[in-house]
Amino acid sequence: MSGHSTYEFKNPIARWVDERLPILSVVRGQLVDFPTPRNLNYWWTFGGILATMLVIQILTGIVLVMHFTPHTSMAFDSVEHIMRDVNWGWLLRWMHANGASFFFIAVYIHIFRGLYYGSYKAPREILWMIGVIIFIAMMATAFMGYVLPWGQMSYWGAVVITNLFSAIPVVGDQIVQWLWGGFSVANPTLQRFFSLHYLLPFVLAALVFLHVWALHVTGNNNPDGIEVKSEQDTLPFHPYYTMKDLFAILVFLMVYAAFVFYSPWYLGHSINFAPANPLSTPAHIVPEWYFLPFYAMLRAIPDKLGGVIVMFSSLIILFFLPWLDTSKVKSLKYRPLARQFFWLLVIVCLVLGIAGAQPAQGAWLLVARLATAWYFIHFLVILPLLGFIEKPKPIPASISEAVLGKAKA
Amino acid sequence: MKTITKMFTALGLAVALFAAPAHASGGGQKNAEDYDFSFEGPFGKFDRAQLQRGWQVFKEVCSNCHSLKYIRFRNLTEPGGPELPVEAVKKIAAEYEISGEVNDEGEPITRPGRLSDAIPAPYPNEQAAKAANNNALPPDLSLIVKAREGWYYPWYISPFIKLFKGNGGAEYVRSLIAGYEDPPHGEEKEGLNYNPYFPGHWIAMPPPLAGEDVEYADGTKPTLIQEATDVAAFLAWASMPKMEERKRVGLMTLLYLGVFALLMLMVKKSLWSRVEH
Repeated sequence: MSGHSTYEFKNPIARWVDERLPILSVVRGQLVDFPTPRNLNYWWTFGGILATMLVIQILTGIVLVMHFTPHTSMAFDSVEHIMRDVNWGWLLRWMHANGASFFFIAVYIHIFRGLYYGSYKAPREILWMIGVIIFIAMMATAFMGYVLPWGQMSYWGAVVITNLFSAIPVVGDQIVQWLWGGFSVANPTLQRFFSLHYLLPFVLAALVFLHVWALHVTGNNNPDGIEVKSEQDTLPFHPYYTMKDLFAILVFLMVYAAFVFYSPWYLGHSINFAPANPLSTPAHIVPEWYFLPFYAMLRAIPDKLGGVIVMFSSLIILFFLPWLDTSKVKSLKYRPLARQFFWLLVIVCLVLGIAGAQPAQGAWLLVARLATAWYFIHFLVILPLLGFIEKPKPIPASISEAVLGKAKA
Repeated sequence: MKTITKMFTALGLAVALFAAPAHASGGGQKNAEDYDFSFEGPFGKFDRAQLQRGWQVFKEVCSNCHSLKYIRFRNLTEPGGPELPVEAVKKIAAEYEISGEVNDEGEPITRPGRLSDAIPAPYPNEQAAKAANNNALPPDLSLIVKAREGWYYPWYISPFIKLFKGNGGAEYVRSLIAGYEDPPHGEEKEGLNYNPYFPGHWIAMPPPLAGEDVEYADGTKPTLIQEATDVAAFLAWASMPKMEERKRVGLMTLLYLGVFALLMLMVKKSLWSRVEH
């Protein structure tokens, strides 16, 4: 799968360059000829969609930085300056703010696609683990980005999240002060968050490079979860998947544009249009929607340190997923029992998201606790057991057989 | 397992249905009165005459206590806003005295306002604003329509209402201004006024308008609700002065993406029709 293309460049300049730095044959081999399973469905287009969103975020971000002022007394004003006085500033700002949300929409679909089709299993464990690191880095980036406009929710979100680290025994308070750069969330905090928010996307880009590299070593998984056996099973990446991905990207961008232009602050919080005020705590401090399931887990545990441990464990556990799932079969297409539990997990995650937006008390607290418990039971008990209990359906011998079988039917 | 999944779904639905009345009656917060502003919906635009009337209400009444710091005089003349004539706005700006600058000798000076100046605040600083208003700070109104919400629906309806009606900030401002009532059971609170639309119901601001507070140049009758509607529309514009441009560019963008996507769908279909997949 990997290695250089054997393609001979006809153009003498191209051949001259390629003999010295084989960049053209790498592009040719990895982006044009790259053999891709012929049975990928539209759930596989989210990789391309995510790459597009990362580029949009970096480009809009770079221009926004040219007009933004990272100082507690000027950050909020400078965002309004962007919205009102900078040419197309409103477009950049809303593309960037909604871009974060749509980045997460795409990444959640991408992750659940991986869960459904067993894309984390051998030989793709490292590909999956790099993906989990990307997800965590994305969350850190998004959190720090949300603090920058220095509105009420920016400020209080930063207070709540940085305070989590005070739960660490013995050195907790020192760590929090180190994160703040002082004794409260203040200007030094805003400035370091700004610095890191600019740095992390490039780290993300590097991680994405590794993710794609790992992908190009093992090749794509596919809806049938069978490894590629012969050339018959594959199609060249270009034009088949470049054109299909481009179509999917455009459809995704249309939904994104609908929000950017017609409901640009729908996914945010109205209270963030009020400048940060350390003396006035909002009635409900709620993170952005994409953090809600984790926020629900955090608050489900009555103990602060316990809550922090559970919340971070929910991410760490994903690193062990390739070994927690004991089934030899990858795709849930052939695992009727595991499929039921997959959809139950989806519902549990949605319920956690809803619970995370509600005050942590009464029935909602109970719901959050049950859902949190189920999340861990799913990964730690159900998945390991299913491999032994479940009797998978017969699997086609090859991708081409699966495809031709479908064509005949 | 299918049955387990069904059970969970049924349970969820049951919880949602039973929780509904409890939620709706629980908060005691009154929804803003729904009102169809001209600027709502994907094709909605501001009503110039209404924005001009709203500006008049703001200038003659609200601006006595509230600032509007992100609006510059020139914004009043720009497309997509009240679109007042430049000469008229120059005159209005010149009525204001701008301080805080120094001359070449370093002495503080004041000068008449210009188009490029932000609308001056009524008080020199927060402390002065509080001291003059019974220790309550009149908020800046530049973003008030975006920073407030008008609807209090339960969680399973709220996202859909907001998707189609927005956050209800303009409706909130309109209802609040015209919605002062006598407190129930004759209750009284020192320095506070009863308003069912205000979160918590007790607001420091006394009723700002009573009707007949201004004389509209276009002959519109300045009833209380008319003034409240006009100033809410004006403040909606102040919150989102680029709204008309945003919707216009949005339409073009969606058309462009739609045609491009359709073409790509045809390309994709014709390509893939040649291979088994």
